[in-house]
Amino acid sequence: MDDLLRDFLTETSESLGMLDTELVKLEQNPNDPGLVSSIFRMMHTIKGTCGFLGLPRLEKVAHAGENLLDKIRDKELVADTTTVSLILESIDRIKSLLSVLEQTEAEPEGEDSDLIQRLNDFAAGKGAGAPAAPAAAVPLQALAATPAEPEPDEHGFVPVPAHKTAAVADAIASQNAAPPAPPPAPVPAPAAAKPPAPAAAKPPAVKAEAAAGESAVAASSIRVNVDVLENLMTMVSELVLTRNQLLQILRSQKDSEFAAPLQRLNHVTSELQEGVMKTRMQPIGNAWSKLPRLIRDLSHELGKKIDLLMHGQETELDRQVLELIKDPLTHLVRNCADHGLEPPDERRAAGKPETGKVILNAFHEGGHIIIEIKDDGRGLNIDRIKQKAVQNGVATEAEVAAMPDQQAAQFIFAAGFSTAAQVTSVSGRGVGMDVVRTNIEKIGGTVELKFQRGKGTAFVIKIPLTLAIVSALIVECSGERFAIPQISVLELVRAHGNSETTVERVNEAPFLRLRNRLLPLVSLHDTLRLGETRGMEDDKSFIVVTQVGNYTFGIMVDRVFDTEEIVVKPVAPILRDVPMFSGNTILGDGSVIMILDPNGIAAGSGASAATMSETQTAQTASEAARSEGERVALLVFRAGGQAPKAVPLSLIARLEETDAAQIEYSDGKPVLQYRGKLMPLVTIDPSYGIRSEGRQPILVFADRNRNMGLLVDEIVDIVEERLSIEMNNARPGMVGSAIISGKATDVIDTAHYLAQAFGDWFGKADQPFGGADTARRLLLVDDSPFFRNLLQPILQVAGYDVTTADTAAQALTLCESGREFDVIVSDIEMPGMSGFDFAETLRRSEKFRETPILALSSHTHPADIDRARRVGFTDFIPKLDREGLLASLSELGGRSAAE
Amino acid sequence: MSNLPAVANKQGVADPAVAAAASDFVTMTVADQLFGIPVLTVQDVLGPQRITRVPLAPPEVAGALNLRGRIVTAIDVRRRLGLPKRDANTPGMNVVVDFKGELYALMVDNVGEVLSLAADSYERNPATLDPRWRDVSAGIYRLKGKLLVVLEVARLLDLKVKRGAEAA
Repeated sequence: MDDLLRDFLTETSESLGMLDTELVKLEQNPNDPGLVSSIFRMMHTIKGTCGFLGLPRLEKVAHAGENLLDKIRDKELVADTTTVSLILESIDRIKSLLSVLEQTEAEPEGEDSDLIQRLNDFAAGKGAGAPAAPAAAVPLQALAATPAEPEPDEHGFVPVPAHKTAAVADAIASQNAAPPAPPPAPVPAPAAAKPPAPAAAKPPAVKAEAAAGESAVAASSIRVNVDVLENLMTMVSELVLTRNQLLQILRSQKDSEFAAPLQRLNHVTSELQEGVMKTRMQPIGNAWSKLPRLIRDLSHELGKKIDLLMHGQETELDRQVLELIKDPLTHLVRNCADHGLEPPDERRAAGKPETGKVILNAFHEGGHIIIEIKDDGRGLNIDRIKQKAVQNGVATEAEVAAMPDQQAAQFIFAAGFSTAAQVTSVSGRGVGMDVVRTNIEKIGGTVELKFQRGKGTAFVIKIPLTLAIVSALIVECSGERFAIPQISVLELVRAHGNSETTVERVNEAPFLRLRNRLLPLVSLHDTLRLGETRGMEDDKSFIVVTQVGNYTFGIMVDRVFDTEEIVVKPVAPILRDVPMFSGNTILGDGSVIMILDPNGIAAGSGASAATMSETQTAQTASEAARSEGERVALLVFRAGGQAPKAVPLSLIARLEETDAAQIEYSDGKPVLQYRGKLMPLVTIDPSYGIRSEGRQPILVFADRNRNMGLLVDEIVDIVEERLSIEMNNARPGMVGSAIISGKATDVIDTAHYLAQAFGDWFGKADQPFGGADTARRLLLVDDSPFFRNLLQPILQVAGYDVTTADTAAQALTLCESGREFDVIVSDIEMPGMSGFDFAETLRRSEKFRETPILALSSHTHPADIDRARRVGFTDFIPKLDREGLLASLSELGGRSAAE
Repeated sequence: MSNLPAVANKQGVADPAVAAAASDFVTMTVADQLFGIPVLTVQDVLGPQRITRVPLAPPEVAGALNLRGRIVTAIDVRRRLGLPKRDANTPGMNVVVDFKGELYALMVDNVGEVLSLAADSYERNPATLDPRWRDVSAGIYRLKGKLLVVLEVARLLDLKVKRGAEAA
């Protein structure tokens, strides 16, 4: 292709892109003179260049568009929707002509008199009659064609010397601008008689301005073919690898004379790498430039009012990544506008402003880019998603019914899933969200979905800055080395047999207690089937804590080496079916290493999408489905009798097994030397006989620095169940019975045993609870999972329908979301908003002015109690005084019943 | 009689008609069987290499190796043909071929000379050939004293075809 033509194509398509955006802006601010002139200038330049290159068809369309813009600039017309639509139409026409031109290097046959005529009619004023229009079109065509047609031969423009082009262009531009301007004149008669003069005078001036602007830009930037850059990047990648190799060699040699030059090479290579990366970086705004137009068209098509807000356009990311996320982004924005936002009347009915918002936000965060796409629409229609999931056979009716909303929402990422009641031209064809997810995961990114019914949906995309060179952690398992991309590594933990970080196994599945959370572990050895038996014991493993979306898990490996900059190379097609690897690379020592794909490992280790989203649910604060629907991990065991017993897993610190002979007695009570201290042991009931020999399993409960062991016969299983206590049997030590795994199981009251072990744990010894009232709705706010888990069953048994929240902010959200509570029990010291602030905020709201709020705190200083009363707490109860809490609650219950 | 043109050709007699009908093959042995691969598809011949195992890969994939900065997937040809493992004393050789822009190393026992073979000593796959072999063979050349099986790289690398055949 001719160079001149190629330059023209690139430049024009850029300007057209900008025109799209600017026109949409103009529609919103029709009176911005700067905007009008800039649009006019761009259109004018396009027209001028077309004329210069001998592209009459393009030129005519551009000219007619320019004409109309001229009227707007002269304030003869207002840039309303119809006008802008018409101009956009002319831009679309130019685009389609250009695409043919790009393929065939010639303008397509045919003509555009229909469009031109409409443009001219419009420019001539709305009153322009039908007969007048052709009159305008004919001379225009004739005139416009003249300058371009002296030599219709396409080679005609080639011999023009480059240095003359500017002058020629100017000349032609003015020539062009002058003759076509008059045509509108004869038609609208007196009113339009004036424009020809300014129109003829202005274009050259404008052109000069534009030329000046261009040359300034041109001086500091040049156009480079993308292939050249790609090639450069590949070379640099190879250079980085070679450098790594050299450094590795250097490390093994002392006092090498190569040391100094190699260090230099090292620095230069790093700088070169950085420099080349920079050439590939582009602001994300480039990927967004088409969106304003898209939103505008959508809002017309769908009859919705939509505002598109974009933040962080200047955030830069790799060109390749940018290309790859363009389509997913467009799709998500489309979805927000189409599915997410409600029509204006529905919004009004819901008490929202008529104009819906679609918000795009991009920013850097630790080596990745986060892109958020949010809307303030209706959120996802979970019922329809569930219905559809059943229809598609993805899940059964029963599964769906029990599924929390956030988990059900994940179905939209399944292939062929569309809940749009009818297929619009915009979306609803069921191809999309799965493709969006696949495409983003392909580049090592993740998509997260958050929504709130009635308040909106948000997609959060996290992607690496660049694909070419990534930093990776090198690990070893069973003698093989693997690379794990740093992007997904949260932290490294060394497992130790005799410390907090012990790998515990439940029915073969390994877990790690990590800061009060149970972290599921994946053995790399087992997942990758690296031989028969693993040489390494669990207790000597390193655990790479990895995050995939919202799901966190640990990968058990034997050794951890350092991190290395690696160049990701795709795996051979023959190996593409193995989902565990995202690529491979060559290390500094010249060996090939496979790069692990955490997504694949999570999926391969049985962490299905369902369990992943379950973890997500547990963490998502927005959902209120906690009280009845929450599943609790329960440890089922046997002790004293055949009936299984259960305790919430999160209350247990460790599972131990000791030789029964090690149990000693102090003051007649059994104790065990445990981690350098004496740990009191308790039995399930006083009649329970302690073994004198054999292995003795112990459940260890811990709080602060104290441990207590409960002796049991056998640990049966860990199950996830909805904990609904069905029967309140008055036996001490039991909170009641529940059906777990289809069997009636006693749920033990941990507090009872804690009190046995430490008389002062709860202030007073255990006593039967107060009588159960009718279910009253209680909101329990406490940041400590220990206390939440402890109090929830107790309160449930006392007849309360308990909802828990782990922060005050979450509690407020629950309250604001319209949930009703008869009584609120809140901790005082919590991260973020304190209990005092929480109570104060609640008291300000109409709805919760009268609701009793009880403070629970371990600080019982009179000043605190005073303050609690001041901010509106109904009562103040020491945290460990369970009886006091129940008494206070039943007193409140009695009072409200009496009212 | 039929071998004559082949011999003549090997000596480089410039009979254009015969030359056009001849093809050059890199020869190699696997379990004492002679195989040939069109010379133009072969990129390199390597001695024993350090190979990184690829867990969960099909059993025929021995691993990946580094050839001057390019990652090459190694294919265990014995495994592919359903032959027993090479004994530990034979170091083995790698024939690197380019297939659709990707490099693959075919692990064989030994690599021999390049032969120019005439078209008239070529035979289609005999019907009695083991289906596993027939699957990857593009035909057989009759040489003096032995037969040379032409390996079809595309089919050799298509591990799914093999599985399909096995399943059937």
